[in-house]
Amino acid sequence: MTKFIIILLSAVFINNYVLSRFLGICPFLGVSKKLDSATGMSLAVIFVMLMATAVTFPIQKYLLDPNDLGYLQTIVFILVIAALVQLVEIVLKKYIPSLHKSLGVYLPLITTNCAVLGVTILNIDEGYNFAEAMVNALGSGLGFFLAMVMFSGVRSTIEGNDIPESFKGLPVTLIAAAITSLSFMGFGGVIENLFGGV
Amino acid sequence: MKALNNFTKGIIKENPVLVLVLGTCPTLATSTSIINALGMGTAATVVLVFSNMVISALRKVIPDKVRIPCYIVLIAGLVTMVQMLVKAFAPALDEALGIYLPLIVVNCIILGRAEMFASKNKILASAIDGFGMGVGFTFALFLMASVREIFGSGTFAGYPLPVLSNHHISILTMAPGGFLVFGLLIAAVNRFSKHKPKKNDFGCDNCPQAEACGKLKEEAAKK
Repeated sequence: MTKFIIILLSAVFINNYVLSRFLGICPFLGVSKKLDSATGMSLAVIFVMLMATAVTFPIQKYLLDPNDLGYLQTIVFILVIAALVQLVEIVLKKYIPSLHKSLGVYLPLITTNCAVLGVTILNIDEGYNFAEAMVNALGSGLGFFLAMVMFSGVRSTIEGNDIPESFKGLPVTLIAAAITSLSFMGFGGVIENLFGGV
Repeated sequence: MKALNNFTKGIIKENPVLVLVLGTCPTLATSTSIINALGMGTAATVVLVFSNMVISALRKVIPDKVRIPCYIVLIAGLVTMVQMLVKAFAPALDEALGIYLPLIVVNCIILGRAEMFASKNKILASAIDGFGMGVGFTFALFLMASVREIFGSGTFAGYPLPVLSNHHISILTMAPGGFLVFGLLIAAVNRFSKHKPKKNDFGCDNCPQAEACGKLKEEAAKK
């Protein structure tokens, strides 16, 4: 049980996908302007990360590995994720239109989000078992959610400020991201101290 | 002359990283050292040149409706080849780039060039365009990595520099430094380039996949 908590907490705080691993920067910078779109995007990411892990992990373990096809990993994973996202969108549209309304816009964007492909590949690389991989996917998604929501708050504060001409737009956003990322570095070492250096 | 223009536009006027702001993830992640940056740039350039060539050659064969999945499969195949080559001939680089090597598949620059240029132009022009964009990407990575390595760890491509190696700002090599240096570089580009920074210089509006993914259409419908 402790192991799951460690995986979850370190995925959320220490190895935060956006702020320390630099995965999924495009949506982080692009969709974080408003709180509601940031929330919608991150919920969609959590959802797709869990689905993608649940599908790609068995494929790697029971299809690619036994047949010595490990080198096909990249191609198979990206195709599976793309197909999965399409499928989920179609199903949501038909059966749960309210959820589709709030998440649907973000779903196709996620197909080529490097955080999703990243989490599926990292789960294999780290040698997790299925349960650990799912916990890691959940943690990574929650970390993305936390970073997005926090950052959308930071950005709404920046909007009203007087910014030098050449810093307007992206540069000031990136510098704000640097400070947000700095605050996450404070979590380093917390897990080791909490659980006695496991 | 046109060929030369195709080549140089990727380096300066339409630099994929500093002007179009594509492929930010690998830029931030692999620019901690100059060697890594050059390795990443080279790998992406190889993929870019060949993907542009293959997609341009197949542009009349691929049906319009399923073009994006087709491009992704072709790119993924090329990335796998590059990945295997790097693993075989430069295992140290493979170790250093880690997850970011397979993630070239989802690099916006590659899909963006396929969609914007290779699907409309002849093979040779596409190859030159891909090469120019690749060189532009590598150049931007090199620029960022130089700043981060020289000031962050006081070395240049692994060789220690006098004075700086004793007084390095190690935060620059860590995650916050990546965002900071990138922000400052883009601000510098904005300052010295003629065009005024547009409001929607980044985000979905500028994403090459925007048209395919339909988010823009939904936003337009709202308006």
